[in-house]
Amino acid sequence: MTARDTELSSRDPVREAPLLAAAWAVFRKDVRSELRTRYALNAVILFAASTVVALSLGMGPLTASRNADLPIIQAGLLWIAILFAAFTGLARAFVQEEEARTAAALRLAARPAAVFLGKLLFNLALLLLLVALTTVLFVIMLRVQVGNPMMLAAILLAGSLGLVAATTLIAAIIARASVKGALFAVLSFPLLAPLLVVAIQGSAAALLGRGWEYGVGPLQVLAGYTIALVVASLFLFNSVWEP
Amino acid sequence: MTNTIRLELNDVAVEYGARRVLAGVTFDLRAGETLVVAGANGSGKSSLLRVICGLQRPARGTVTIRIGAATYGPSEALQALGWVAPDLQLYRELTAIENLTFFAVVRGLRHRQEDLEALLDEVGLGGRGGDLLAAYSSGMAQRLRYAYALLHNPPILVLDEPTVTFDERGVSLVERVIARQRNHGITVIATNDPREERFGDYVLRLG
Repeated sequence: MTARDTELSSRDPVREAPLLAAAWAVFRKDVRSELRTRYALNAVILFAASTVVALSLGMGPLTASRNADLPIIQAGLLWIAILFAAFTGLARAFVQEEEARTAAALRLAARPAAVFLGKLLFNLALLLLLVALTTVLFVIMLRVQVGNPMMLAAILLAGSLGLVAATTLIAAIIARASVKGALFAVLSFPLLAPLLVVAIQGSAAALLGRGWEYGVGPLQVLAGYTIALVVASLFLFNSVWEP
Repeated sequence: MTNTIRLELNDVAVEYGARRVLAGVTFDLRAGETLVVAGANGSGKSSLLRVICGLQRPARGTVTIRIGAATYGPSEALQALGWVAPDLQLYRELTAIENLTFFAVVRGLRHRQEDLEALLDEVGLGGRGGDLLAAYSSGMAQRLRYAYALLHNPPILVLDEPTVTFDERGVSLVERVIARQRNHGITVIATNDPREERFGDYVLRLG
């Protein structure tokens, strides 16, 4: 017997890997795969850029002189652009595993919780990149005035966390379905509607330049929403992931 | 510990809609034993192996892994199972070493680069660890499947069509793997090649 045989054969055959280390490994694997394949990145970047360009060409600059309700309209358009760009990319983490037929190898090797957390982290990284790109393009091309940039950044971050918390489990659910794209949007929207309302209102307050007292409420709601969904998803993911 | 391992299937059935593929399979294997599951295409061999690994839910029946006094279902004993099958796919956009490193980490294995390279040598992929899996031939990909399955030295090894795509040296690899597995664990092999029935202590014929 080799040294490897001796070490591995003395291991407890049911001892599980440390959760965070395994989740981090899943995240790193997904990042490496995505950088080499650009499976979701290209779609997400293309969608974000084309949406904002279409808005700017169709509507022109959204300056204050055009409408008193402009901040809420600007915030709504920004979140719609983020939402639909997210739909093109956030299902990738699980769909790719099923389509490439690597899901079985992952099921046999990793704890479900590690898979979920790793995929959640990957989706968060992808979405934060998307949000940053979309917001910058949006502000520049539609000449949007941002009154309270820090509050806007906080709302965008909190909203992104909630968006990822809601969509990662749904991505796992639809990964084995035949009509993935439509099903992903249909299942996600009822969960996301409350998040969108709060995120749009918080973003509008930030664009108007209101103080943090107008942002704390939305941030608390978004944080509570995110925590509730992550905890619920961790409980439910076993049932979704197992055959 | 692995000397006390048992794999028990009790009345396992597999159905696809109205079609029953497997009806009431029952067996009990202990460490050192090898079972060959033989049958024609579509007789349920692969389905049975997937049920053993927890990758498919049976329509009826149970799969129990006993380790010492403890009992587990397949999904609770991931570290006890190793699976090689034609439909086992690893990450084509990663290199062989990257694939093995990833699976070693998610399994919580203490590993060094040298250990993984030694494993690749063992399965006949020495010097090819830095190549993307997408660049591998079908025979090389099958060797990497063995590396994946043997990474954690599982007490239960499940092999579906073990020599498919293999040349003579590949068949020798399979013989060595099965012989070594007899020393510490259980092997279940699915095949429609009558020549591979020689690998088993028992033969279960389906269909």
